[in-house]
Amino acid sequence: MENSPTCTEIFRAFFRIGVTSFGGGLVAYLRDEIVTKKKWMTPDDFLAALEIGQTLPGLNSVNVAIIAGRRLAGARGAIAAATGLVVPGAVILVILGLLYVRFRNNRDVAAALAGIAAAAVGLLLQVTLKIGAKQFLNLLDLFFVLLTFVLVGLCHVSLPVALFLIAPFAIILHRPRKEAAK
Amino acid sequence: MRELVSLLNVFCLLSLLAVGGGSAVLPQMEHETVTVHKWVTADDFATIYSLGQMAPGPNMTMVGLIGFKAANHSGMSNAWALAAMLVVLFAFYLPSSFLTYAVSHIWDSFKENPWRDSVQKGMAPITIGLMLAGVHAVGKTASYNPAHSFHFNSLTISIGLAVTVWLFLNRTNPALLILLGGVVGWFFLRGI
Repeated sequence: MENSPTCTEIFRAFFRIGVTSFGGGLVAYLRDEIVTKKKWMTPDDFLAALEIGQTLPGLNSVNVAIIAGRRLAGARGAIAAATGLVVPGAVILVILGLLYVRFRNNRDVAAALAGIAAAAVGLLLQVTLKIGAKQFLNLLDLFFVLLTFVLVGLCHVSLPVALFLIAPFAIILHRPRKEAAK
Repeated sequence: MRELVSLLNVFCLLSLLAVGGGSAVLPQMEHETVTVHKWVTADDFATIYSLGQMAPGPNMTMVGLIGFKAANHSGMSNAWALAAMLVVLFAFYLPSSFLTYAVSHIWDSFKENPWRDSVQKGMAPITIGLMLAGVHAVGKTASYNPAHSFHFNSLTISIGLAVTVWLFLNRTNPALLILLGGVVGWFFLRGI
């Protein structure tokens, strides 16, 4: 590590991302700040952190913030990074929420919100199709995609139950091959 | 008070179930908050989700608003509603963060384990299936709502599909597109 920042510096850096990162793609913002600008982590370290963040439950961006903060300044660094990232959006959402409760029955607002929600569905669909491109094109993976969709999305099988039923099969079918293990 | 504990229980569990990111728990979250606990209506859920897409920071911070709305719904004051929002935010972010914090310590010891790759490859299609179920959970009111007219629904579906196609062809900040969806909605959806 070239320089070890204080918790205040960590909080400030993540707070800036928390304020400016409109429209998702947070991991790119994080990489830009931590690796490129501040040089707090090497690209390889960042990739390793992202790998952990993606494997474990929780949001990738928050998990990466936790890991980066921890490496920079221990537990307090992790807290500083995660709160810096989350707090600005939470404050803005409180304001949006209060406005929503107040004006939701207004005809103009309701129409605008319907348009916003319709567009948000399109965004989620695009993200799903983009990161799932590989899975949609593989017959076995597609089977698990559809099985999960039907069980959880349509039949409302509870998520932990569905995970316990499906995940073991999905993982075993992708088990390490003997030759690949070497 | 009982409501706060229920919120805590539901969102802590969701936190640990968020495999492959926050969108994966959307269908379960919708089911728990709309159908089971009736904290928000299906309409509220879709709107709150889309508001979350417009705010900066992690898009799942919108869960706080579900807590806010839940407290509001059960007749609590605004101060309690803010407390409920904080409870939900902590419940949703803390458990997974603790886990990440703890595991990142010992990660190196199983980084080389060949099963790690299997878990990742095996879980990938499940995550995608869950995200697809999330599209359905939000879309069933936001894109196609039987309570609305045919014209209304064709327009909301078109807005969604237009955003999907546009994002495949262009690099645009999604927050702008969602805002644009609001303008289009305000202009065209008012009358129908």
